Amino acid sequence: MPKDFISLLADLEEEEVIKLTKKRLEAGDEALTILEDSRKAMEVVGKRFAGGQYFIPELVYSGELLKQITELVKPHLVQSGDTKHLSKVVIGTVAGDIHDIGLNIVDFMLSVNGFEVYNLGVDVPVKKFVEKMKETSAPVLGLSGFLTLAFDAMKDTVEALEAAGIRGKMKIMIGGGQMDDEVRKYAKADAYGKDAMAAVFLAKKWIGDN
Amino acid sequence: MNLAKKWDGLSWQEKREERFKQWLSPDVKFSTPQAEKLYKERLSRFIKAIKMEKPDRVPVQIPAGSFPAHYSGTTLRTLMYDYGALKKAWLKFIRDFDMDLYDSPGLIFSGRVYEILDYKLYQWPGHGLPSDISMHQFVEDEYMKADEYDAFIKDPFDFSLRYFLPRTWGTLAPLSSMTRFNSALGLPFQLLSLCANPDFQPVFQAMREASQELAKWQAVVSECSQLAKEAGCPSAAGGMALAPFDTFADMFRGTRGIAMDMYRQPDKLLEALEVVTPQSIESAVAAADMAGCPMVFIPLHKGADNFMSQKQYEKFYWPTFRKLLMALINEGCVPRRVADGSYNERLEIIKDLPRASVVWIFEQTDMTKAKDVLGDTACIGGNVTAAQLYTNTPQAIKEYCRQLIEVCGKGGGYILSLGSSVDRCNPKNLQAVIEAAKEYGVYK
Repeated sequence: MPKDFISLLADLEEEEVIKLTKKRLEAGDEALTILEDSRKAMEVVGKRFAGGQYFIPELVYSGELLKQITELVKPHLVQSGDTKHLSKVVIGTVAGDIHDIGLNIVDFMLSVNGFEVYNLGVDVPVKKFVEKMKETSAPVLGLSGFLTLAFDAMKDTVEALEAAGIRGKMKIMIGGGQMDDEVRKYAKADAYGKDAMAAVFLAKKWIGDN
Repeated sequence: MNLAKKWDGLSWQEKREERFKQWLSPDVKFSTPQAEKLYKERLSRFIKAIKMEKPDRVPVQIPAGSFPAHYSGTTLRTLMYDYGALKKAWLKFIRDFDMDLYDSPGLIFSGRVYEILDYKLYQWPGHGLPSDISMHQFVEDEYMKADEYDAFIKDPFDFSLRYFLPRTWGTLAPLSSMTRFNSALGLPFQLLSLCANPDFQPVFQAMREASQELAKWQAVVSECSQLAKEAGCPSAAGGMALAPFDTFADMFRGTRGIAMDMYRQPDKLLEALEVVTPQSIESAVAAADMAGCPMVFIPLHKGADNFMSQKQYEKFYWPTFRKLLMALINEGCVPRRVADGSYNERLEIIKDLPRASVVWIFEQTDMTKAKDVLGDTACIGGNVTAAQLYTNTPQAIKEYCRQLIEVCGKGGGYILSLGSSVDRCNPKNLQAVIEAAKEYGVYK
C-alpha cells in the first residue's frame, strides 16, 4: 500500500509528498484539508523530535517541505481557515544576543503543539518585549539566550515587565545555551526549560492544559 | 643529517616528545630563576596530565575569553581598538591568576582590522552590537550556496578566493567578478591586467591598510606572550582547526543549509568533507610549528548530542573528524577539543583513538560518565559552567570543583578547567577554581 500523505511528510519523503500534493490538488482535494494533514504530519515530526528520533536536520527539512506544500496549496485557498489555538506565547532572544537556532526550535515545537507563537526574533530590546506583552496579553513569555551576556539582559527584561506593572499577568520561562536554574533565579523568571520539549510542557502547565 | 627524514621515521610519541621539549624550553630569557622553575613546573604538570600520568597535582586552566576586559574595569570594545589597553588588561590577568596554562590575547581580534576589511562573519561591540557588550558573535549565513559544492571540490583555493572571501570580507567583493586564477604559465599578463583593473585598486589599498594594522596588533599579542613566558606562564596557543563538518556547518552553509544538504545531497557533502580535511590538517600543524606549542585547539559545535542523531554523527561527523585527529596525533600535536553543549551520547564513539593522545574539554557533558568511558584512554577536563561562575558564591564553586576532582582526578589524566570561557563573573569565583586545584588536587 502506498504511504499516505501524513506519513510521507512525517517521513520526509520530499519527492513523493510533493507529487502527492499536486495529485490531490488536481483531484480537487480541499486546500484546507491538505493543510490540516500537513499540520498533523508536523505534529508527528514534533513527537519524533521529542522522542529523540528526530534532530535539528529533520526539523529544518520538514519545515522546508511544509513551505513547499504551502506554496503549492496557497493559490487554491478560497478562505483562510480559522485555526483554533490553545493560547498565545511570546518568545524572543534577549538584547545583545543574536542566536536563533534554539529559539526557532522552540517556535516550531510550540506551534505544532497548538500555540499561537509570536516570535520576536533575536537581539530583542527590553521595550519590545514589554510592548508585545501588553499588545497580545499573552499569558506566557519565553526568553531565549545563548551567551552569558544574556543573563543580565534576561534580568533587565523581567524587571522592565515588573516596572510596567504587568509581570503578575504572565509566566516567564528561560532557556538556551548557557542558561540553567541558577540563571532563572538570578533573572527572577518562573522556570528554566532545558529544551524545546520543556518549553511546551511549561506553557501547557501554565495555561492549565495537561 | 636529513632532518625531514629523521622526523618521518619517528613514532607519534617520539614526535610529541620533541614538541614537548621545544615547548618546555621556549626562546625567552626568564625574568628570574624562580620564573623558569615555575614555567617548567606548570608545563610539566600539564604534560603529565595529557599523557595520563599522575602529576604532582591536578593542573588548572582558566580560558580567558574576554574576562580580562571586565577584570581590568574596561570593555571588550576598548581592548579590540586600543592595543595598549589590551596589553595592560592581559598582563594584569596573568599576574593575578595563578594558572598552569594561559591563553594568549590572540582571540581578542583587532576591531580596526575588521573594520578596514568590512568583515561580515562577526558582529562585535559597537559594530552591530551595543558598545558595552562583552563578546563578539558569529553571523551565520549561507556563504556557500547549495549548488557550489562542485566548485569547492574542484578547487578549494579558487572557491575561497572568488566565492567565500568576496562574500565575507566586504572589501574583497570585486574578487567575485574575477576569472578563475589558474595561470601558472610564467607570463605576467593575467596577474598584471587584474591589478590594473580600477575596481581592484580599493582592494589593494584595504589589504595594505589592514595588514599594517594587523602588524601593530600582532606585535602587542606576541609581546604579551613573550612577557608571560618570561614571568613563568606557559601559553596554550598552538594551532587551531575546525572539525571538517563544522567547517561546512558553521562557516559555509549554516544550520539550515547543512541540514538540507544532509538530505538533498549527502554524497556531495561527504566528498567535500574529504577535500577540506587535509587542508585543515596542514594549516593546524603549520600553526603549531610556528608557535612552538603542540596544542591544537578544536572548538566543536554541531556534533553535540542534540544537533544530530548518533547515526548522522557516525556518517557525517566522526569519519573526517577522526581522520583530522589521527593526522594531528601522528604529527606529534595534541588536539585539545572543546565540546560545547553535551557529548554524552558520543563518548563511546570518540573513545576510538590512541591512548593518551588527546585532551577533551567538556561543557555540559556528564563528567562521571565521561571519566567512566574515557578514563582509560584520554585526558579530560572542563564542566565548570559560565552560569555557575556568574551566579554562585566562591564557596559553592570551590565545593563543586572539589567534587569534580574527586570523580575525574582519580589516577591522573585530568585538567581542572572551565567548560567555556566566561566574559565576566566575581573574580573570586575564578580564584576559587584555582584554590580547589591546589587544595584538593594534590596526588599522593
